[in-house]
Amino acid sequence: MFYRAAGIRHTDYRQTRQLWPLAADRRLLAAIAALALAAPLLLSPLALNSYLTPLLLWTSAALGLNLLMGGAGQVHLGYGAVMAIGAYGTVHLVRAGLPFELALLAGGLLAALIGTLFGAAALRVKGLYLAVSTLALQYLTDFVIVHVPAISGGSQASLQVPALRLLGQPVTSDAGLYFVALGACALLTVWMLNIRRTSFGRALAAIREKDFAAEILGVSAFRYKLLAFWVSSFVGGVAGALYAFCYYKAVSPEQFHIELSIQLLATVIVGGMGSVLGCYFGAALILLAPPLLNHALAALSRQYGGLIGNDLLTHAPLILYGALIVGFLLFEPLGLAKIYDNLRKSLLVWPFRHARR
Amino acid sequence: MDLLLFTELAINGALVGLMYALVALGIVLVYKASGYANLAQGAFAMAGGYLCLLLASAAGLPLWAAALLSLAVLFAGGMLVERFLLRRMIGQPVVMVIMLTLGLEILLRGLVPGLLGSTVKPLDLGIPQTPLLLGEILVNRAYLAGGGLALVLIVGAVLFFNSPLGVRMRAVSDDKIAAWAVGIRVEHVIAVAWGLAGVSAGAAGILWGSVQGVDWTLSLLLLKALAIAILGGLDSVPGVLAAGLVVGIAESVAAGVLDPLIGGGTRDVVASAIILLTILVRPHGLFGSEHIERV
Repeated sequence: MFYRAAGIRHTDYRQTRQLWPLAADRRLLAAIAALALAAPLLLSPLALNSYLTPLLLWTSAALGLNLLMGGAGQVHLGYGAVMAIGAYGTVHLVRAGLPFELALLAGGLLAALIGTLFGAAALRVKGLYLAVSTLALQYLTDFVIVHVPAISGGSQASLQVPALRLLGQPVTSDAGLYFVALGACALLTVWMLNIRRTSFGRALAAIREKDFAAEILGVSAFRYKLLAFWVSSFVGGVAGALYAFCYYKAVSPEQFHIELSIQLLATVIVGGMGSVLGCYFGAALILLAPPLLNHALAALSRQYGGLIGNDLLTHAPLILYGALIVGFLLFEPLGLAKIYDNLRKSLLVWPFRHARR
Repeated sequence: MDLLLFTELAINGALVGLMYALVALGIVLVYKASGYANLAQGAFAMAGGYLCLLLASAAGLPLWAAALLSLAVLFAGGMLVERFLLRRMIGQPVVMVIMLTLGLEILLRGLVPGLLGSTVKPLDLGIPQTPLLLGEILVNRAYLAGGGLALVLIVGAVLFFNSPLGVRMRAVSDDKIAAWAVGIRVEHVIAVAWGLAGVSAGAAGILWGSVQGVDWTLSLLLLKALAIAILGGLDSVPGVLAAGLVVGIAESVAAGVLDPLIGGGTRDVVASAIILLTILVRPHGLFGSEHIERV
């Protein structure tokens, strides 16, 4: 009813190969793109600055993690550390006088290098070992950043991020920073949508399903796992740097603690592993649900006088993340993206269920 | 660096390491029985500390009764986790199980302090604060009691594998389908392993809670337990004992020697360094068997 699959006949390969073969999807996408471009006019600067920009940056980071977890089936519990490496690397290089664009690439490469080193250590073994070694990456990175004053600017200190200059132009307005985030996120989205259609993406999918079987098919599991780590850590580093430049504007080690890694993990699981769209859904839920929940709980406890204690209130986000991870893994392992997909598929043929293929 | 200080750090570290090893025991038991990772051990330990405190203070039970009762509750809790969470994950990739148990850890880490209060609460086991003097070496009495009890429990776990149930558990860990074919109830055995994991973590939580007070930081024992489980070998119970001593001593000595030089925090990073070194040098750990996977 809402989506019309009727009458769409693809007559050549180019048409079937499109990213969005259905005109309804393309129209929806165009509408969302138009809204995203007009957002600075439609929303207050506060909403833009404190909700939409972080949402886009968060989605970018989740896209990187999702390539590794959903694409290649490798678990990563230290993605926050990768982002920290990218952020600190970029900020230091810009402070040293490098142009932002080069510094961003260099920061991403630094994150990729260190992230891949840790991945390489664990790729001889897998599963739990990989999970634990990425956890070790998180704690070691935190430790190094805090304890080397040359990186963090001293313990308990935060490092001022220089103003963003893109192609020589200073970008300081909220709308400008939003567009930088939007551009990065859109670029990453298109890239991630296409990556699964390349030989690289297909090799990763083979490894995700069974690495030995992939090896027998001639896909070098070690090489592609390393590549997946490399690409995903690069994206993580860039996302971390953009987070520092577009949102935080001052970096301190606490921003990239284990909590961030856990939240990103929850984002990917809740959104749907291996789904690009899922990253958007997951980011929206993980970023926006805790403040909403806290508001609701606070209102409740005001109404009924101390029904909900302060301890419960401060721990509500943590409870929410845990419950979301456990709940989605048990009841919908493919996440919100799968729920959307089911809905879309049934709407595609809505009054004629028998036409569903 | 004089020898006396070094010995003192090593002895106290070894006793602390035994308490850590108790948490790691649960990881190894579950891995041995089911081949699954158990990343919820830290939360189990924290829950143990909180439960004991709650039963002793709110319900007014004597301390030994509170401790035993909370261990019983954790045994039941571990079995429930297996029945309602892990059993649904049979046939799913390992990654999903890792994330499920981690999700459980996060959930409990929020829920337990959220409901029972997040400020540090002392848990007094009646151990005098004054250190024990062995010659010129100071030994913390709480560490001594905790380490001793942990040692007893770990040796008990080693002996447990010779009991009828323990033999069944070994059979299940060796080959689930063969064990099932000869009439062993595989899911029952795995549930018991989870129950025992809950008990060992809970005991560690109570012991460690009496040392540092009960709050959410008890769940940080997870990382040290993981370091011990990996260093000792994921499927080796005696390995837990040896690795526990190594990690405990390394942590204590590193904290004593390096902290004055670089200004604190070394204690927390030793576990991570040990994990990384083990995975680089000898992935299956000191006593673990090398894992062979069939396609």
